[in-house]
Amino acid sequence: MSFTLEQSPTTGDEVITNYTINFGPQHPAAHGVLRMVLELDGEIIERVDPHIGLLHRGTEKLIEHKTYLQALPYFDRLDYCSPLGMEHSYVLAIEKLLNLEVPLRGQYLRVLFAELTRICNHMLNMGSHVMDVGAMTPNLWLFEIREDCLNFFERASGARMHSAWFRPGGVHQDVPQKLLDDIGAWLDTRLPRLFEDAMSLVVDNRIFKQRNVDIALVSKEDAIRWGFSGPMIRAAGIAWDLRKSQPYDVYDRMDFEIPVGTRSDCYDRFMVRVEEVRQSARIMRQCLAEMPEGPVASTDRKVSPPKRGEMKQSMESLIHHFKLYTEGFHVPAGEVYVATESPKGEFGVYLVSDGSNKPYRCKIRPTAFSHLQAMDFMCKGHMLPDATAILGAIDVVFGECDR
Amino acid sequence: MTIVHSAPKFASNEGVLDSLSAALGDMLVAAKEEHGEIVLTVARERLVEALTLLRDGHEYQQLMEIAGADYPARAERFDVVYMLLSLTKNHRLLIKVSASEATPVPSVTGLWPVAGWLEREVFDMYGVLFAGNTDLRRILTDYGFEGHPFRKDFPLTGYVELRYSEEDKRVVYEPVQLAQDLRQFDFMSPWEGAHYVLPGDEKAAEIDRGAAK
Repeated sequence: MSFTLEQSPTTGDEVITNYTINFGPQHPAAHGVLRMVLELDGEIIERVDPHIGLLHRGTEKLIEHKTYLQALPYFDRLDYCSPLGMEHSYVLAIEKLLNLEVPLRGQYLRVLFAELTRICNHMLNMGSHVMDVGAMTPNLWLFEIREDCLNFFERASGARMHSAWFRPGGVHQDVPQKLLDDIGAWLDTRLPRLFEDAMSLVVDNRIFKQRNVDIALVSKEDAIRWGFSGPMIRAAGIAWDLRKSQPYDVYDRMDFEIPVGTRSDCYDRFMVRVEEVRQSARIMRQCLAEMPEGPVASTDRKVSPPKRGEMKQSMESLIHHFKLYTEGFHVPAGEVYVATESPKGEFGVYLVSDGSNKPYRCKIRPTAFSHLQAMDFMCKGHMLPDATAILGAIDVVFGECDR
Repeated sequence: MTIVHSAPKFASNEGVLDSLSAALGDMLVAAKEEHGEIVLTVARERLVEALTLLRDGHEYQQLMEIAGADYPARAERFDVVYMLLSLTKNHRLLIKVSASEATPVPSVTGLWPVAGWLEREVFDMYGVLFAGNTDLRRILTDYGFEGHPFRKDFPLTGYVELRYSEEDKRVVYEPVQLAQDLRQFDFMSPWEGAHYVLPGDEKAAEIDRGAAK
């Protein structure tokens, strides 16, 4: 006996096809100007094609037309959430070409403020990540910490965001002792109170876990093949931190731990950042305790300009000042690739000098480029709302990605 | 020269240049160690072979970056530089190939998927072609952009500018019109950078020759 299968209620000539939607470029969860073309099967993501470059400003080309010192402020404007982290790679690249020694106090100050930048960056990222998956309050609380950080930057450099404070040879100006005392007090009182309060709302929150645990699993092998760095590679369980493995400035004197993830999902990426904030605070306390007295910038007057007071008294200082701010210093010919652990991952600068006062080529290695490229395979098979959680956990800023 | 700078310190370069030069053999065109960086120039057509050897045989697991550079005076004007990182040996390496507009560089997307976008960027900015990259679209420049902006002969201001046209109710592209030329000052010291004979220095060469006698 044979029987026929019951026909589906549709007439048979309808074919269900995947459809494509456009995400961004102006979307609050896109963290800037990201356009993603998403191919969906129902609500399941089949393919992601991120279109970047909407914030491309040709920074690398502009740098080729500026002297080394004039090019520095462009770095603040790359990742505007962690400006000093960007400057760090650039000044170290110049110092490597010049083989220039930085006085110890200058190195301590750079590490202190690089870590403050890390806290500042993570506050923004974690807050917006939490907001992307539906919570409002922690973002507001974390922004209070970020506001404190920006005030400290302002007191050190005069600018809240675009500090231009790291200079080849050290930092631009010394900080008053009161600022260091205030940072120390802040690390012991306000930061832990606000931060742990905000985290108590998030880390064990059921909704937050449902939205992040087991989302976008990336194996160790994939993390390496896709060029991951920073919290993204650490969440995959690889204890790789340039501050530890390739120390620069005084990081080799610092005692801190590298948090790693176990499952390599969006929740791990978030938790790695949470622990990094605590470790950054630890590094900053050590900096404050150990910071020696002395000059903050190189005393090599062929690179680092003299103090303004000195300039009014000495003819030689006046000449140095004039020459450094018009012609700038010359950098010996050669090429270096210097990468530091910026809050978002490995931020590298490939600097080619032809011996003149301008960089011949300055290639910037953004952290977000490789992470964003992996969006396609990380999103595959997830639901549409997961895309924003994945994007939030990447920590992407388009000033840096598009340059 | 003693190292006094505080840039990132990775594992020692000692002996690496010799051992890698030996391993790469005739794939290697030039090798140097300068400013603490090892730069190996390999033959373009054997790039994939060389990088496979470095990745699988010498533990350079990660490709962090691909950078283009333009040297218009050379016959093969472009350099493509691959930054390799070894997580296990904690070491960095720069691998270089040269190329021209007409000679494509073999793609390494088969070795590292991350190379896809990195190659797209070099193509976008310099017009270097990558043979084997299946998705060689522009990446950073505008939709419909023409030219390769990071070439040294591409003007800093570009050729077109765009504005919102109230009449057309859309963004329109127009040729760049500058109210004044872009200011490019020559800041080089005349006593170091001048390519001409300075007034009063006409006899300096003769005097030098006299002193040499």
